Amino acid sequence: MSLPPELQSALTRRAFLGRTTQGVGGLALASLLGPAALAAPGPSGALARLPLPQKAKRVIWLSMAGGPSHLETFDPKPKLAAMHGQPMPESFTKGQQLAQLQGQKLTCFGPQHKFAKFGRDQTEICELFPQIGSVLDEICLIRSMTTDAINHDPAHMFMNTGSQIAGRPSMGSWVTYGLGTEAADLPGFVVLTSLGKGGQNQPIAARQWSSGFLPSKHQGVQLRSKGDPVLYLSNPPGVSRDSQGGDVDAIAKLNLHRERFVADPEVATRVAQYEMAFKMQASVPQLMDVKDEDPKTLALYGCQPGDGSFAANCLLARRLAERGVRFIQLYHKDWDHHGGVKDGVALKAAEIDRACMALITDLKRRGLLDSTLIVWAGEFGRTPMSQGNGRDHHNKAMTVWMAGGGIRGGLVHGSTDELGYAAVDKVATVHDLHATMLHQLGVDHDAFRFKFQGLDAKLTGVEPCKVIKDILA
Amino acid sequence: MSARPALVCLGLCAALCAVAEPVEFNRDIRPILSDNCFACHGHDASHRKAKLRLDVRADALAKEAFVPGKPEASELVKRLFLTDPDEVMPPPESHKTLSKEQKELLRRWVAEGATYQNHWSYDLPAKAAAPTVDTAIDTLVEARLRAKGLRPVGEADRRTLARRLHLDLLGLPPTPEVVDAFVADRAPDAYARLVERLLASPHYGERMAQGWLDVVRYADTIGYHSDTPRNVWPYRDYVIRSFNQNKRFDRFTLEQVAGDLLPDTDVESKVGSGFNRLLLTTEEGGAQAKDYQQRMLTDRVRAIGAAWLGQTTGCAQCHDHKFDPFTQRDFYALGAFFADIHEPDIGRREEGMLVVTPADERRLAELAAAVNRARQALESALGGLGAELAAWEKEAIEDLAPAVPPAAPKAKAKGKAKSPDAALAAKAPAILQKPAAKRSAAEQSTLRDYLLSLHPEALKSQRDAVAAAQREHDAFRAGLPKSLVTTKAAVVRTVRILPRGNWMDESGEVVKAAFPHYLPQPKLDGRTPNRLDLARWLVSRENPLTARVTMNRLWMQFFGTALSKNPGDLGAQGELPPNQALLDWLAVEFMDSGWDVKHMVRLIVSSRAYRRASATPAELATSDPFNRELARQSPYRLDAELVRDNALAIAGLLVPKVGGPSVKPYQPDRYWENLNFPVRTYAADQGESQYRRGLYVWWQRTFLHPSLLAFDAPSREEACTDRTRSNIPQQALVLLNDPTYVEAARAFAGRTLATAGNDEQRLTWAWRQALQRTPEASELATLRQVLAERRKSYLADPAAAQAFLKVGLTPPPTTVAPAELAAWTHVTRVLLNLHETITRE
Repeated sequence: MSLPPELQSALTRRAFLGRTTQGVGGLALASLLGPAALAAPGPSGALARLPLPQKAKRVIWLSMAGGPSHLETFDPKPKLAAMHGQPMPESFTKGQQLAQLQGQKLTCFGPQHKFAKFGRDQTEICELFPQIGSVLDEICLIRSMTTDAINHDPAHMFMNTGSQIAGRPSMGSWVTYGLGTEAADLPGFVVLTSLGKGGQNQPIAARQWSSGFLPSKHQGVQLRSKGDPVLYLSNPPGVSRDSQGGDVDAIAKLNLHRERFVADPEVATRVAQYEMAFKMQASVPQLMDVKDEDPKTLALYGCQPGDGSFAANCLLARRLAERGVRFIQLYHKDWDHHGGVKDGVALKAAEIDRACMALITDLKRRGLLDSTLIVWAGEFGRTPMSQGNGRDHHNKAMTVWMAGGGIRGGLVHGSTDELGYAAVDKVATVHDLHATMLHQLGVDHDAFRFKFQGLDAKLTGVEPCKVIKDILA
Repeated sequence: MSARPALVCLGLCAALCAVAEPVEFNRDIRPILSDNCFACHGHDASHRKAKLRLDVRADALAKEAFVPGKPEASELVKRLFLTDPDEVMPPPESHKTLSKEQKELLRRWVAEGATYQNHWSYDLPAKAAAPTVDTAIDTLVEARLRAKGLRPVGEADRRTLARRLHLDLLGLPPTPEVVDAFVADRAPDAYARLVERLLASPHYGERMAQGWLDVVRYADTIGYHSDTPRNVWPYRDYVIRSFNQNKRFDRFTLEQVAGDLLPDTDVESKVGSGFNRLLLTTEEGGAQAKDYQQRMLTDRVRAIGAAWLGQTTGCAQCHDHKFDPFTQRDFYALGAFFADIHEPDIGRREEGMLVVTPADERRLAELAAAVNRARQALESALGGLGAELAAWEKEAIEDLAPAVPPAAPKAKAKGKAKSPDAALAAKAPAILQKPAAKRSAAEQSTLRDYLLSLHPEALKSQRDAVAAAQREHDAFRAGLPKSLVTTKAAVVRTVRILPRGNWMDESGEVVKAAFPHYLPQPKLDGRTPNRLDLARWLVSRENPLTARVTMNRLWMQFFGTALSKNPGDLGAQGELPPNQALLDWLAVEFMDSGWDVKHMVRLIVSSRAYRRASATPAELATSDPFNRELARQSPYRLDAELVRDNALAIAGLLVPKVGGPSVKPYQPDRYWENLNFPVRTYAADQGESQYRRGLYVWWQRTFLHPSLLAFDAPSREEACTDRTRSNIPQQALVLLNDPTYVEAARAFAGRTLATAGNDEQRLTWAWRQALQRTPEASELATLRQVLAERRKSYLADPAAAQAFLKVGLTPPPTTVAPAELAAWTHVTRVLLNLHETITRE
């Protein structure tokens, strides 16, 4: 007989209760209960069986916040260079949604940097990214991505949740809800942010890593480079680890004593969560402390310990991946080049080029690249038309790249038109990207659902979408 | 596992019971059809497969989906049992599968004649017979318990009842003295008197407001992108006041939806109309007006659907609802009610209406009069300045470079004198170049101001007096509360049905305001209804939803779970309440009482059902694991704001002031680092604002205060009708380490040490403050051990004690040795962290 899921979940908690009411104090619980017990309904998340072979066990999602120009990064457009300064042909733009350029005179704006050839197939990418170029055979460029939204906030929401309406779960929450986590003493979904030096640091709402209508334990936990890495992680001043442990132990003892009278399964969960919090207080600082890293590794990434840079976050991403964290999302801001796109992208390239190469290289040499899916994506692309000496937001074309996790390296998938205005060949949507990511994790996106407001809500939404099969290894 | 056989029995019982009773469409069949079939065979014509709809009996019969009484001749039944993937229903690609029991139910339903019922919540509620109003709830609960063969547990002990009532009605814990007095009060009306006292408390309104503020998505910031502040807190106080004054819910509704249109509109109703302004707005550069017009319309439709109608409307932005009769036309027609609201589509909101007391108003008028007097004095002095002004003007004209194009402000750069006022300086050259006769009065006045600005020494005392009066006036005005309210726009926005929700596509039909077509329609004599009509319709006797939705949510506040368990959805995908008679009785009584909220609260908390113990006997744990039948009460963790209030109250730190601007408790540094436009740093409040209740905490939508967020407070970007109640490690980190709670523990320890007695007596005293019960010996022993160990460690490390005691703004008492106070702070911190302390049982 199959039990309704809510009853199954209650049963799991009760089973858990049975094990914790044997009069054991808090500190001893750690050895009795694996992280599995915390991640009810089961160690493997809501999906007891994966319908598809799991190519990737975890995701590192590099969010280039602000909307990188595809025309100065990964999508060469010689024709646009030739038409620099000429009116944008109306056939491209008539009746189209633009952001700040809406209703303005539209002029072609040639790529501001040269492109160079890299990799086995001599693929052209912007010469500002030689380090990424050096590992281009690990990378699949998708030059035909599109999105629905055209302002930062809704576009981030769409990229993260598949919807432009607030309150939906972020993809990291979906993934940890479905697959659980392998990290014993760390959250399953971790977020890191870094600022660019160009001053175009658009705001990012915490809703971008919210668990929405999924259980709160799947929300992304932000790891910060300064102050407490996790909010409220440090003991109050004057409280040692021992005395904190003593208090946690006393709290557990009193809670479990009371539990005998109230028979409320929440009590045992509470005890376990205190235990988990106490463990995190030790494990997170260990994670953040990179002094055990080989100086050569630091040199590979090009960062100093604790400098809060994107490169430092890439190194932390690798450490999180090693510890079994399921979904690791890095935001690097400052890509919003309405003006000064030439200098702006050069600055960004200096901040991310080596770090991206290092992450791929480091994961590969540790044998983790095959099981880690890396995604590099902004929230939208930018117009081939000028906005002064910059480019406006644009949702009809952008380049996204993926590496590892069963993706074919050295591939270019899809293309935009000759001016880079719209994706035309093998057009891919955000929902396709999500479906592909889930597919690599062993999840059938269409069957992966959660009841919300009577709907079988899915990360990939209600419109049909597809796994991008061409890019799979 | 021991629980399994019992559960198998439960399943068996359910199957047996089902055999005994005839199939009932709303209870047994609609949930199956809705969840598995309606997406392709329901309301949404554009996605309908094989032109078959199963939600309307006549249509299903016309397409020969089934033959009533003959399951073997019915296509619907046959398809259920097929194995061919091309033939079986639901098809495999839908990822829907029916259980054996569900298939059997459908077969029996057809065999029994395939009768339909209207959807339960669209029929008007009827009042079941009950001997008296006061006993109706128990009559209806207990009738069902008897039918189900469940034995209710007895009444909770009086300490638990007192604690439960205080937490449910005020959101604050009782003092041990209040509990003792109640325990000792054996008069038959002791409970009723306690209820009345709590209903009369100003904190009752605060407690009731919290849930409503979730539903209407009240917050201090705009939500999108820069998430900048806006003025709305007087609306929050309006909600608190409305509950405290027991404003009738129909009036409460009218004021919020259409307070500006009421015949007797006043400051109160206008502040209430701020409801219409609580939605998300943007100040992002590049945002398109029509995009956000559409977002705001859809935001409002979803809010009305969630707060009053209990209908999920969001999907109809793009297509007809798949499960409910709510069409895309209904969606935009409901949105059109709000097309008359005056507001910018994008960009900064206005500062809002001044919300002033008569005294404030008088003071403001006095200050304005003072400004006028000073101006007049200046004017008359200016009269004697004619010659100087003429000379200054001549000078200024000479300063203009020859042949400078009109309106070129750089002309003045050549001049000797430079105005400190850039705006005046920009306008002056153009005016100076006009012949005096051709200057308008406004231009003359601007010119005069400009000339004066070049000569700050002239009439200095008069001019200083004007400036001072103006400053005083402006400062006073700036300090007055302002609140966004609804005003009617001169031009009503055109509302179109947007194909697939796409605001770029203007091919859709223009729609006027109209009520959802499937609900009872008011008589309008051909007139297009406005917001006031909408508000009246929401709370009309003919509306089958509002009273049910409101009572369903109210029940949730007192039992932890609503009677129909998804309070935001009373549609087909919602739940037919197990005890529909009870919900309907409450809804009708609510209307009969004149929408009297306190009356309904009183009825609920006075019921036997409410007063039961919450411990779960084993038999109920298996026969009714989720307590849907109410044979007992339920324990649940306090809401985020109340976790805070409870700790501050126990610590003696709580400042019980009601209302006022939002407050900023301690918050980790750089928590707002991802906010921008502008970059913001958080400055925690000093003084009493640090110790206010949780519902007054600054509600930053994109970065809600992390200790509220950890305990599931919603961001209020969307209407929240039902908070999740999670149990996660971050909650432990907050209660252990957040300075708010560390300071509360220290203040609590200070209070404890200020009482007379030995360790044992003080431990008992502290225990009773937190839990209002006497500790058991083993519980005391655990605390004693904490005390002994920490005394030892802090005596050995006095610097650590000093550091610990420095947390928070309130200075620690100087009369207690630091090591002793620090050790006791550990004891009280343990108490504030107990599951029981943050649980309402």
